[in-house]
Amino acid sequence: MPQPVLSQPVLSLRALSKSFPGVKALQDVQLDLYAGEVTALIGENGAGKSTIVKVLTGIYQPDAGEIFLDGTAVKFPSSEAAAAAGVSAIHQETVLFDELTVAENIWLGHAPKTKWGLIDVAAQRGQAAALLDSIGAKIDPDILLRELGIAQRHLVAIARALSIDARVVIMDEPTAALSHKEIQELYELVETLKSKGKAILFISHKFDEIFRIADRYTVFRDGQFVGAGLMREASEAQLVQMMVGRAVDQIFPARARNIGDVVLTVAGYSHPTEFADIRFSLHKGEILGFYGLVGAGRSEVMQALFGITKPSAGAVNLEGQVRVIRTTSDAIAAGIVYVPEDRGRQGAIKGLPIFQNASLPSLTKTSRAGFLRLAQEFALTREYTQALDLRAASLDQDIGLLSGGNQQKVVIAKWLATKPRVIILDEPTKGIDIGSKAMVHEFMAKLAAEGLAVIMVSSEIPEVLGMSDRVIVMREGRIAAELTGDAMTPEALVRAAAGLGEAA
Amino acid sequence: MKAALTSRDALLTYAIIAMTAVIAYRFPAFITPSSLANTFNDTAPLMILVIGQMIVILTKCIDLSVAATLALTGMVAALMDGAGVPLALVIPAAIALGAMLGMVNGLLVWRVGIPSIVVTLGTMTIYRGVIFLMTDGKWVNAHEMSDAFKALPRLHVLGLPVMSWVAIAVIAIFAVIMTRTVLGRSFYAVGGNPHAAVYAGIDVGRTQFAAFSISGALAGLVGYLWVSRYAVAYVDVAGGFELDVVAACVIGGISIAGGIGGVRGAILGCIFLGIIKNALPVIGVSPFWQMAISGTAIVLAVAVNALQNRPKGRLILKTTETGARA
Repeated sequence: MPQPVLSQPVLSLRALSKSFPGVKALQDVQLDLYAGEVTALIGENGAGKSTIVKVLTGIYQPDAGEIFLDGTAVKFPSSEAAAAAGVSAIHQETVLFDELTVAENIWLGHAPKTKWGLIDVAAQRGQAAALLDSIGAKIDPDILLRELGIAQRHLVAIARALSIDARVVIMDEPTAALSHKEIQELYELVETLKSKGKAILFISHKFDEIFRIADRYTVFRDGQFVGAGLMREASEAQLVQMMVGRAVDQIFPARARNIGDVVLTVAGYSHPTEFADIRFSLHKGEILGFYGLVGAGRSEVMQALFGITKPSAGAVNLEGQVRVIRTTSDAIAAGIVYVPEDRGRQGAIKGLPIFQNASLPSLTKTSRAGFLRLAQEFALTREYTQALDLRAASLDQDIGLLSGGNQQKVVIAKWLATKPRVIILDEPTKGIDIGSKAMVHEFMAKLAAEGLAVIMVSSEIPEVLGMSDRVIVMREGRIAAELTGDAMTPEALVRAAAGLGEAA
Repeated sequence: MKAALTSRDALLTYAIIAMTAVIAYRFPAFITPSSLANTFNDTAPLMILVIGQMIVILTKCIDLSVAATLALTGMVAALMDGAGVPLALVIPAAIALGAMLGMVNGLLVWRVGIPSIVVTLGTMTIYRGVIFLMTDGKWVNAHEMSDAFKALPRLHVLGLPVMSWVAIAVIAIFAVIMTRTVLGRSFYAVGGNPHAAVYAGIDVGRTQFAAFSISGALAGLVGYLWVSRYAVAYVDVAGGFELDVVAACVIGGISIAGGIGGVRGAILGCIFLGIIKNALPVIGVSPFWQMAISGTAIVLAVAVNALQNRPKGRLILKTTETGARA
């Protein structure tokens, strides 16, 4: 590993801010990237890592702050501008084209031309082969991209970065979907890029790999810069401490913890590719938090419980009865409902009136012999939307005409109207502003107080700690830890989710 | 949306009235009750098929095999009649066969996951091919059909032919099914937002299968009516008619994207096309102009839909909601 040189950074961000309606994604952050060095960007989900990648690649425009390239202030008004300045990103799901060849993918947009202005196919292929060779990738430039696995796609993306003579390479969780062997090869590639003098921004949740390949670190928390330094002077404990910070400055509703009998028991629950050995129980009146990194398999477990995907093994026991859930209607009949994360796409049916949206999962109860009883549907809708304080001109109005918040109320009313015993809320406050968050939290507390068993999947540590009676942490498709009482600390969650074990 | 739909249906109604007025000015006899009843009767097969097609389109699919299904069931009905099978068996058999042909489409869409346009493009050719295999391309002509077989659709009951009454019954039954049954509601939910429908406990594939079965059964019913009314059955019966069926749906405001539309609009679409086909020749408009007019109507209908369903912008301004809460 070459000694970090204390020189001028290739790329610097200063006092950068970016807001979205209701969310301050980045506040006054700074970041420095040096030639021939790997800088790890560390932070929890929602710390602002993806936003900074989008600012650096010209997809988002910062509200304030400056970007310096070799000490000169620059702007990246478009992704083309960022690419022209030599910034190239390799994403988690790299944006390449399945139906084009490897060489075409590498040279798309800046292909070598013949004197007639046509693409010089031979030169394109030859130069692509040379680039692939220089990074030690054994890939035929003529095959279609769709024939390649994820690791090889990364190589193509890196070759593309080299083809535009990138000086800054951003790698956003590049190892997320790679096997152990492929990860080792990627590390070697990172070393190659370093030796070519590229400045690398490496975003990862995995501490082992950060310590393995990074020279420097920068930590963000809740969209703010927390600290930066040299990896060789850092310790795990110190980084974890910086990531999770201190006090939780959000107020959660006080609730009487009135936990009753076991409602749901899940044992040995497994899926061929998504999760294994999931075992937990859930009590009446309890809020059980599911924490983990994005992609840890939490939503996948919940979708299986709800009958959307099929588990390969395991038993679900609901109130003492073994239940086989094959379809979502089985789950609804058993009293399990799932409020998905993407409520826009998976929740409201635009074009249908409010009452038809709200009654949809309850139609077996409101109909007789297949015939609808509209009066009952209206009554059901009125009962549950009133409880949620829905603002609508009429229940016969198209749900698409309601505001986003009111649409969500209809979606929630729809699930409550099925009179569930277990309600699964997937990222219930993702992407909504602080005021609405507090309302959702109060509402969850109320549901639990009324004796409903609640599972809350959340990636926000304050929310998990503030709302849950008990927390299950998942990592790579398995339960990494189950925490209760005093063991529920931010550090414990982060350690379990990152696979760091118990040692402090 | 309800207001928008009614205004859309209203627009189409005005267009129909205006067109009828223009025709009546040139050819007053067109608006006599018997002439209008004739036009309705001529449009009856289209209406029955459009009801089935509408349901399929509502679930985000399309059934291009309706005309071929009609031709195959019509041929089988004619052959059964020729073999001396009583009419009371021929008609249920035609409906059942049509339903089975629809189920083939539905199963391929549901279980194999092939896009419906590909499935029905294939079965549309296959079903016609089966007719050829059954008959070696020979026709079944009027003299080979029993009198009872030919008479039923023309039989007048309460001033209208049975053909018209069948269409009226189908419209009435499906008006109820679409608005008053769980099945009808599922068609809208599946087409409106398949993801949300799954989460609400509705099996999207099975609902699409049901739609194809209904479309096939109705095509089977029309198969008998068509062959008996025109008293001839051959491979190319109703060739290309599937395009009229889809066109009537589109003119009637059934969204090709699924989930939007209803029986009223679909029937208005049929009446519009029916008037063009029946009245324009009478006032001496050439067939090419008829095609141009119905083509223009389709484009206009789609344009009206597109403008009405254009997104009104994302809800970022929160003023309305917070204002209401305060």
